[in-house]
Amino acid sequence: MDHPELSRSELHRYARHIALPEVGLEGQLRLKAGRVLCVGAGGLGSPLALYLAAAGVGTIGIVDFDDVDASNLQRQILHGTGDVGRHKLDSAADRLEDVNPHVEVVGHPQRLTSENALEILKGYDVVVDGTDNFPTRYLVNDACVLLGTPNVYGSVFRWEGQVSVFATKGGPCYRCLFREPPPPGLVPNCAEGGVLGVLPGIIGSMQAMETIKLLLGKGVGLAGRLLIFDALEMTWREIALRRNPECPVCSDSPTQTGLIDYELFCGVTRPGEGSLHSAEDFEELDAASVAALLASDTPPYLIDVREPWEWAVSSLAERGARLIPLAELGDRLGEVPKETPVVVYCRSGQRGQSAARQLVAGGYGPVSNLSGGLLSWAESVEPGLPVV
Amino acid sequence: MSVTDTIQVRLNGKDRDIEPGQTVHALLESLELHPGMVVVELNKQILPRDTYQEHQVHSGDTIELVHFVGGG
Repeated sequence: MDHPELSRSELHRYARHIALPEVGLEGQLRLKAGRVLCVGAGGLGSPLALYLAAAGVGTIGIVDFDDVDASNLQRQILHGTGDVGRHKLDSAADRLEDVNPHVEVVGHPQRLTSENALEILKGYDVVVDGTDNFPTRYLVNDACVLLGTPNVYGSVFRWEGQVSVFATKGGPCYRCLFREPPPPGLVPNCAEGGVLGVLPGIIGSMQAMETIKLLLGKGVGLAGRLLIFDALEMTWREIALRRNPECPVCSDSPTQTGLIDYELFCGVTRPGEGSLHSAEDFEELDAASVAALLASDTPPYLIDVREPWEWAVSSLAERGARLIPLAELGDRLGEVPKETPVVVYCRSGQRGQSAARQLVAGGYGPVSNLSGGLLSWAESVEPGLPVV
Repeated sequence: MSVTDTIQVRLNGKDRDIEPGQTVHALLESLELHPGMVVVELNKQILPRDTYQEHQVHSGDTIELVHFVGGG
C-alpha cells in the first residue's frame, strides 16, 4: 500500500498516537489513508466526526441535508449557537477544518436514497451509521452488505444506546438482528421521546473508536457483538449476534440482491407524500388542503397530538387546535365529537398516523392526518413558524 | 398459606421469577412491551415476530429483549 507521508507538524500533532505500539508511524499512515463516511452529522455524527478528524483520518465524508436547529445544540456538539440556520455540512466543515486542517472533509448534501447510496458509499473503507430513522438504517446496512463495507452502527433513544459493527466479512448484518422493521409510528424518535444529550456523545465516541480500530486492523471489534448501554443504570449489556443463515441480504443465498424502497419496507411516509398504506381508513392531507378546510365555514375538529412542550413552542391553537398528546388520546376520546370531520397533526406526520388509526378504530371520522405534520405546514403555509 | 409457583428465567442478563405457563407474547404483555417494539432472542435464537404466541417460556430459558432504537 502506498502511504502518503506525514509532515513534521503532523508527526507533532499525532505524537501520542504514534507512541502507542498498536498505532506507531505505520498505523498513523493507515489512518491518513483511511476514508470514512459518516451518515448523519447529528448527535452521533458530531463526536464521531470530531474524533475522526482529530485522529487524522485522512478523508471524512459526511451525508446530511439538514440545517442546524437550536434544538440540536443540546447534543450535536459539532455545531455552535452561531451556526443555527446554516447547512450542517458547512458548519461541520468549518469546525473540522479548525480541529485538524490536515484532513479532507467531503460533503454529500443529499438525502441518502436507494438511487444514490451505492454511488456515495462505494469510495469509502468504513461507513458509520448515525442516522435518525429506520428506513435509512436498513438502506445503509443493505448498501454496506452489497459493497462489502463494514457498517459501524450506533443508535440512541432517551437513556439507551446501542453500538455494534455490521457487515464485516463473515459477520452478521443489521438485518440479521432486526429482521422486520418496527410497525410504522410505534417507535418514537428522539424529537418525540427525547434523548439525554451526553448519550450520543458516548455512543458516537464508541463508533469512532471502532472505526479507528477497523482502519488500524487492531484489537477485537464489535462484529458479532451488540452492546446496549443503559445510562440511567450505568450498565452495559452484551449480546452475541450470529449471522442469520436465512438473511435476505447477507446470507450465502440472498433473496435480495439490490436496494429496495426502504420507506415502503418500513411503511412510513415522507412529508408531502401520500400514504403508502394501501388500506388506510383515513386520509393524508397536505398543508394547503388542511389550511383551506380550517378557513371554510365548517372547519374540522383539529387535534394536536404532540407533547405539551412542543405545543408551547408553536401550535395551530389560533386556528382552533386542541392539544391531546398521542399517549392520552385513548383515555380522552370522549372529548372528540362524533360524526364530525377530524384532522390530526403532529410534528412530522408519524404520530398523526397513529392517532388517525385510533380515531378510525374508535368510530370517529372522517379522519385526516396533516401529511408531513407541522413541519410541512411551516414549509408551505406559515413560513417562519418555529417547530421543535 | 398459598404457595405461588414461579419459574426462573434469565431475562436481559438478570435472573427473574416469572409466572409459569406463559408464551413469549404473554411475557411481553406482562412487561408492558408491544411485540413490535422489541426483538426477542430466546435461548440464542431470534424469534420471528409472528411466532411469539407459539413459543412457551420454560424454566431456565435465557431471554434477551432488544429494543428498536433508531435515534441518532
